[in-house]
Amino acid sequence: MTDTADKAPDTTATDTPPPQREALLEVDHVTLRFGGVVALNDVNFTLYKGEILGLIGPNGAGKTTCFNAMTGVYTPTQGEIRFRGERVSGRARHKITQLGIARTFQNIRLFPEMTALENVMVGADAHHKTSVPSALFRLPRFWKEERSGRDRAHDLLRFVSIERPGELARNLSYGEQRRLEIARALATSPTLLCLDEPAAGFNPAEKDALLKLIRKIRDTGVTVLLIEHDMRLVMGVTDRIVVLEFGKKIAEGLPAEVRDNPAVIAAYLGVPTDAA
Amino acid sequence: MNAHVEKVRARGARMRQRWQNMPRQVRWIAIIALLVFLYLLPNRWFYINLWYFRTMESDMATVLFETSFFVLLAVGLNVVVGFAGLLDLGYFGFFAVGAYTVALLTSPESRFDIGWPWLLAVPAAVAVTMLSGVILGTPTLRLRGDYLAIVTLGFAEMIRLYAARNEGIANGQRGIPEIPHPVPDLKGSDGQSVFGVVDARPYYWLTLTIIIFVILGVRNLTRSRVGRAWVAIREDEDAAQIMGVPTFKYKLWAFAIGAAVGGLSGALFAGKQSFINSDSFQLTNSILVLAAVILGGAGNVYGAVIGAFITWYLPEWVRGIGGALGLEINVAEYRILIFGAVLIIMMIFRPQGILPSRRRAAEFADRRQEAAPTEASA
Repeated sequence: MTDTADKAPDTTATDTPPPQREALLEVDHVTLRFGGVVALNDVNFTLYKGEILGLIGPNGAGKTTCFNAMTGVYTPTQGEIRFRGERVSGRARHKITQLGIARTFQNIRLFPEMTALENVMVGADAHHKTSVPSALFRLPRFWKEERSGRDRAHDLLRFVSIERPGELARNLSYGEQRRLEIARALATSPTLLCLDEPAAGFNPAEKDALLKLIRKIRDTGVTVLLIEHDMRLVMGVTDRIVVLEFGKKIAEGLPAEVRDNPAVIAAYLGVPTDAA
Repeated sequence: MNAHVEKVRARGARMRQRWQNMPRQVRWIAIIALLVFLYLLPNRWFYINLWYFRTMESDMATVLFETSFFVLLAVGLNVVVGFAGLLDLGYFGFFAVGAYTVALLTSPESRFDIGWPWLLAVPAAVAVTMLSGVILGTPTLRLRGDYLAIVTLGFAEMIRLYAARNEGIANGQRGIPEIPHPVPDLKGSDGQSVFGVVDARPYYWLTLTIIIFVILGVRNLTRSRVGRAWVAIREDEDAAQIMGVPTFKYKLWAFAIGAAVGGLSGALFAGKQSFINSDSFQLTNSILVLAAVILGGAGNVYGAVIGAFITWYLPEWVRGIGGALGLEINVAEYRILIFGAVLIIMMIFRPQGILPSRRRAAEFADRRQEAAPTEASA
């Protein structure tokens, strides 16, 4: 934890990220239209390796759409999204996961009839090679991968403090389900973890725990993209923030800058007509 | 309703727990005893004492054979419907493909007249049905739910109608006769072939053995990455794909494996009957297998076995009971009617089936204890 606190001043010291930082994900002038609706309008920002980037905006600003475009669910109408220099869109979704992008869902989407452990093992399987023949005949490679997947799943469950690996996902508490989603996403060994409103429905204590968990994840070397409504959480954990409104990027910068940005305040609180 | 489901779940979990807690030796003895019982069952000296269990009016061995190959079909369909959650209404299409492949390869009456022995034709039949599963699955598995059901239904009907109308290869309604029995050289003590016309027992034993191997194979698959992928697809296909599961690949595998088992049953059927025509592949059979899987509990191998056993054996058994009670009704003729009613009742009171799919909580119980002490350090 202290580790993170030490790092924080470094990033705040410079206005823009230093050029030596390696770009992980580039959202390059992305426009996304659904018929006549422009969900994203020329959105342009870069995610650097090792940072926690917050993506915020009022309801309907296009956060989740942006998120879906990054994880390959939608293909941009114009512009492109590059992950480590490679185009994301146009690939099968499981290939994008193998590339190193993992995500959680705004509305929890676990596999409810599978145990917590199995849920995480599905994620761990993303990089496994065994298929039907080796599973059918129980070849040595099968046992090796099964064991490593299981150990990894147990480690991750401990990492997100879920103590009942054998419990069905549907029987876990709400908070545990949210954390299980994170564990499952981490099991795919991502370079980039995208969290879609992970604190929705959390009480302050749970939010604090989540804050610590997100930092812990970043400290393992995973870059985090965070969509969140809760300002305290966003301000407390992110290194940089991108603000969307009506599908457009209206601000980008350090948490403190964004907080004082008039456009952001206007977007969140509304502006009196005479002032506009 | 939900409370009821929870109660049933809890009861099932307790039973499973009790079974898991038994010493390994006890479990093995129980399994072996069950297998010995199943292998002894078609012998007259054995079942004659089981007056409450045996069929009265039909030949016990024949009924058992029919039941066993129906069980095999259900185990195969369970992979497709139960595990991968793909609603396949045309499963008998694969059965027909398997049966016709064997018939065409072995029968002297077939157009090809190459007269392969039955044993050699079986792997060929399995391969052909697997291939037909892949051919059917490649374009259609992009569909979901109801659409897939309609397409598979169409496939089965196409196979049946083609077999009925095609004179060139399938011999139309006349069908293909003189399909050789399995292993004609294997002679019994009386000098007759073991796999003959009269005695159904060897066919039952053969099918039972195949079922055991198929169940072991399916178990191996479900307790692996493949099974996890199937269940994940069934639960939430989009989430599964985003978590890195190549969903199409595993759906196609489920389809191909199901088809292969269907083809294997078809090969057995052809070898036993030694005559097939399109009438053997009616649509109601597809529905009946599906009903058996749902009744037994989709997603559980043993549920499918029990469901199929009940679906096929019970009506035959009741037929005898009707006679014994002096009733003129042939219960077997009302099978579909009764079955429909039972299914409706099941869907209301026990939608998960008799022996529902249970995630294997107990398997990880030991790991849980192992993980607990390290919790503090993490």
